[in-house]
Amino acid sequence: MQFSESWLRSLCNPSLTSDELCHVLTMAGLEVEEVASAAPAFNNIVVAQILSAEKHPEADKLKVCKVDAGRGEPLQIVCGAPNAAAGMKVPCALVGAVLPGIEIKKAKLRGVESFGMLCSARELGLSEDHGGLLPLPADAPVGTDIRSYLDLDDRLITLKLTPNRADCLSLSGIARELSALTGAPLQLPEVAAVPAVHQDTRKIILDAPDACPRYCGRIVRGVDAKAPTPEWMKRRIERSGIRSISALVDVTNYVMLELGQPLHAFDNTHLHGSVHVRYPQPGEKLLLLNGQTVEPGSDTALIADEAGGARALAMAGVMGGEDSGITDATTDLFLESAFFTPKAIAGKARVFGFSSDASHRYERGVDFELQRRAIERATQLIVDICGGQSGPVVEAVAADHLPARKPVRLRSARVVKVLGIPVAADRIESMIKGLGLAVERQGTDGEVSFLVTPPSFRFDIEIEEDLIEEIARIHGYDNIPSPPPTARLAMMPASETLRSPMSLRRLVAERDYQEVVTYSFVEAAWEADFAANTNPVVLANPIASQMGVMRSTLIGGLVGVLVANRKRQAERVRVFELGRCFQRQADGGPVAGFHQPLRLAGLAAGPAVAEQWGEATRKVDFYDLKADVEALFAPRRLEFVKTEHPALHPGRCAEVRLDGKPVGVIGELHPRWVQKYELGTASVAFELELVALQATPFPAYVEVSRFPSVVRDLALVVPQAQQLGPLLAALRAAAPAIVRDVALFDVYQGKGLNEGEKSLAFRIVMQDTQRTLEDAEVESAVATLLVVATRDFKASLRG
Amino acid sequence: MDNLDQLVISATADFAAATEPARLEDAKARYLGKDGSLTALLKGLGKLPAEERKSAGAAINVAKERIESALTARRDALKNTQLEAQLAAEALDVTLPGRGISRGGLHPVIKSLDRVEQLFRSIGFEVADGPEIETDWHNFTALNTPENHPARSMHDTFYLQGPSEHGGKVEEDVLLRTHTSPVQVRAMLDHVERHKHLETMPELRVICPGRVYRVDSDATHSPMFHQVEGLWIGENVSFADLKGVVADFLRRFFESDDLKVRFRPSFFPFTEPSAEIDVAFMSGSLEGRWLEIAGCGMVHPNVLRFGGFDPEKYTGFAFGMGPDRLTMLRYGINDLRLFFEGDLRFLSQFN
Repeated sequence: MQFSESWLRSLCNPSLTSDELCHVLTMAGLEVEEVASAAPAFNNIVVAQILSAEKHPEADKLKVCKVDAGRGEPLQIVCGAPNAAAGMKVPCALVGAVLPGIEIKKAKLRGVESFGMLCSARELGLSEDHGGLLPLPADAPVGTDIRSYLDLDDRLITLKLTPNRADCLSLSGIARELSALTGAPLQLPEVAAVPAVHQDTRKIILDAPDACPRYCGRIVRGVDAKAPTPEWMKRRIERSGIRSISALVDVTNYVMLELGQPLHAFDNTHLHGSVHVRYPQPGEKLLLLNGQTVEPGSDTALIADEAGGARALAMAGVMGGEDSGITDATTDLFLESAFFTPKAIAGKARVFGFSSDASHRYERGVDFELQRRAIERATQLIVDICGGQSGPVVEAVAADHLPARKPVRLRSARVVKVLGIPVAADRIESMIKGLGLAVERQGTDGEVSFLVTPPSFRFDIEIEEDLIEEIARIHGYDNIPSPPPTARLAMMPASETLRSPMSLRRLVAERDYQEVVTYSFVEAAWEADFAANTNPVVLANPIASQMGVMRSTLIGGLVGVLVANRKRQAERVRVFELGRCFQRQADGGPVAGFHQPLRLAGLAAGPAVAEQWGEATRKVDFYDLKADVEALFAPRRLEFVKTEHPALHPGRCAEVRLDGKPVGVIGELHPRWVQKYELGTASVAFELELVALQATPFPAYVEVSRFPSVVRDLALVVPQAQQLGPLLAALRAAAPAIVRDVALFDVYQGKGLNEGEKSLAFRIVMQDTQRTLEDAEVESAVATLLVVATRDFKASLRG
Repeated sequence: MDNLDQLVISATADFAAATEPARLEDAKARYLGKDGSLTALLKGLGKLPAEERKSAGAAINVAKERIESALTARRDALKNTQLEAQLAAEALDVTLPGRGISRGGLHPVIKSLDRVEQLFRSIGFEVADGPEIETDWHNFTALNTPENHPARSMHDTFYLQGPSEHGGKVEEDVLLRTHTSPVQVRAMLDHVERHKHLETMPELRVICPGRVYRVDSDATHSPMFHQVEGLWIGENVSFADLKGVVADFLRRFFESDDLKVRFRPSFFPFTEPSAEIDVAFMSGSLEGRWLEIAGCGMVHPNVLRFGGFDPEKYTGFAFGMGPDRLTMLRYGINDLRLFFEGDLRFLSQFN
């Protein structure tokens, strides 16, 4: 909502500077978004009259003017404007004046002396119009400073109104608020009924009373549609951001800005029969004033007449129709001032992709007792400006459908409880009254309450809390203290067996991964490539096609980050992300039909460690990331089982299992994607379920043995294809109680072994907590392991 | 006796001349060895007359001790020299860089969230989490946002296409959450479920950080961004408490005691009274300018009711702020999109 400060001050003029006034509005919830000057800074420009304009002796396009600027002797001024003519009143910059970019000095133009400059609107910074001098009205007093004459020290204030404050979508509304806030008197314009000069009327029929419970109409005959809009009115509406079109249209806009009531003027000669407010007939179409032809939905109210039986004239409360609108040739008006309910108008314009000043106000709530006052105000202005004879006002009302204003109880004690400050009952009462709300005081002393009936212009007061907000606003949010809160102390749980996502992030970062945050919506191709997901969760209204589907894996986003950083010459990239993935799943929750697990994924490419002296450079590989994954889960032991995954190399990829359950995947990116996404070298990635990572065991204490441990090494020759995992698991399972640990310490193949064979060397640590082990039981334990290895894994003892 | 003194002097000089342990041992042999000079003198004692033998023996022993101590001193000196040579040879260039793996780091916005969590934990707020594909009910209805509210239009909210087997129609009941406030609702329902058997429930203090989504994209808007929601419900929670908590938080977050914080009336469907929070820094490039940083208010009675609380007995406040914006202000970052582009040159600056 934009408006002129001087217009506002004509209605309520507190003794505050402009800045203070803006602060008061902002702190009351009417946020001042922008303040602009009506004109740029300049001085020494006055109203002047051109007494004569002669052709310059030396230049065809210049004129030598004698100008009365109210400075005694006429001034001689050379001027190049085509419209300069004797008798005209124009702005004149005197010698010494400073305009944007120009300083006026005595000058000689082609040999003729000039003592000032006659100005165009553009030279004053008022508009882009430089077709000629800015013509001023004939009654403009010569010698008056142009700033005061045109009110150029005015400021244009823009409010960013919240949707609940429809009552402030007018100058009167803002003035009313300002008066309540500052105590300065409110001076609204006097509106008197304009007497009917003729008795022509149109019957008004409310066929859709739920959408339109009140409609005032009036015929005004014999108006001059070509009459010019008075300068003061033009200035006020233009400074409120509305273009001046014609006097009739300007009046309707002026009254809307002044009072908040949208008005519409029909050309009465184009109307036939009664005026109806009704819902559309099936398939009914309407050509709007903006040139758009619409087919309104069945819940969209229309203004209609009875031409050809029934004809739509306008989209009620949104926009008029092309066929019935006023033109320069209009002489007879049918003026509409109606109340349409917010519910009936909400969203109706948006359906067709536009919004209008009228719909903006109606969908937020227009004062439903304002219609008659507004139509009288508009009629008076029309008659004053365009002439014409007014008829009587016809008012149709469906009282049952007008908004109810139920009294709201406000308890003094509740104000204190909710706001946390003491506010006396008397103070509450005076604040409520100051806002123009009807109030009835009840109860005594500690239990005072008020029965408050909101006025017709407030659509945002329905419950006690709404009134408490009013109290807080008028009291001033700034005047409410902000003490440290008090509460009963209770310690927060601090589980040792549940790790927070933040602590896991720190663990990953400590292993040299940089955290990234990538979009949860990705390209459909990523889902296909990295998750073989051809049926992803699709956005109905994506912002771009490459953000069209919800990710079901974090790997795609990490590959995207890798690609982007490769383009910036980053060779070594190690990144991780913690975030949600999304899949349709019938038994998913907490939102039915969707599985939305949090996962943690990492990706590493390039050298295993940053290039450095004293270390041979080595590319990061599967086992580097495997160590990272193992470290994240430590001390729990993981199982890695060969698997296949769409994103990963089939021979270099494993399912990560914890206690036999899958908790993630790890592997090298598939060569196909390395090529397609131009990654250069293979990178390795892992993706893990966060919930599995969060759980960590409570440490289980085992007595430390005071007896020496015995270590035996066992080197086994096995077929090349033999995986370590099952063999090691079998050895651990078969180990007698004295075996503390069986661990692989070397893998060998080559000289000394046959083709197709490898040697796996295990270190076996044995110990008892109660006694020193005897040789025989040590040898027996090793023998037991050897039996398992030879019997079940075709292993032989390496010679 | 002069002879003995001479011998000590000579041995000491010989020892000093030996620059290696082996040479020192050779020199030792010449005096103290089986055929050494001093050994010879000791052997010769027997030939002396008995009255001279005692004093001569004593003199020889004194000389022997002197030679032995010279030997020990020289041995120590040689050892020291050798150690010093070894140490000199082993000296490192301590200015060479350290080896091994380096450290990564957290995303700057996550770092901010971490600080937000720590600050609120310190006054007893727990951290809650919720789904990002959310029901319309949790995201709007339970937050007192009526059916025809503009926020519900396709304009602001991402909706999902139904599965193709159902004709691919837009799903009406689910959406990408537009704020973290639905987690409020879930936290309230959980809290009430856990404590409803009590006459008076314990206070609910919770913050809900996470990703949210809106159809918007430019230098100051991202279709995905972060939010953190805070909620405190109890029997005596007031607007003054809200001001106290949020102002305290902002000053702690920005580590600036002279940060100016102001609350001005605003409107949200889920709070009443509502406020917008502005801050102004007292130094730096943004000095003195009011910057919108969060929305807040007293939880609307309808929202309390949807969450299972009796609004007559319990009151509460809620606030929502943008960690992305907090992070931008804290570090002077000027483009929101940098957070989501994964540029390591940008991200690693905050490690």
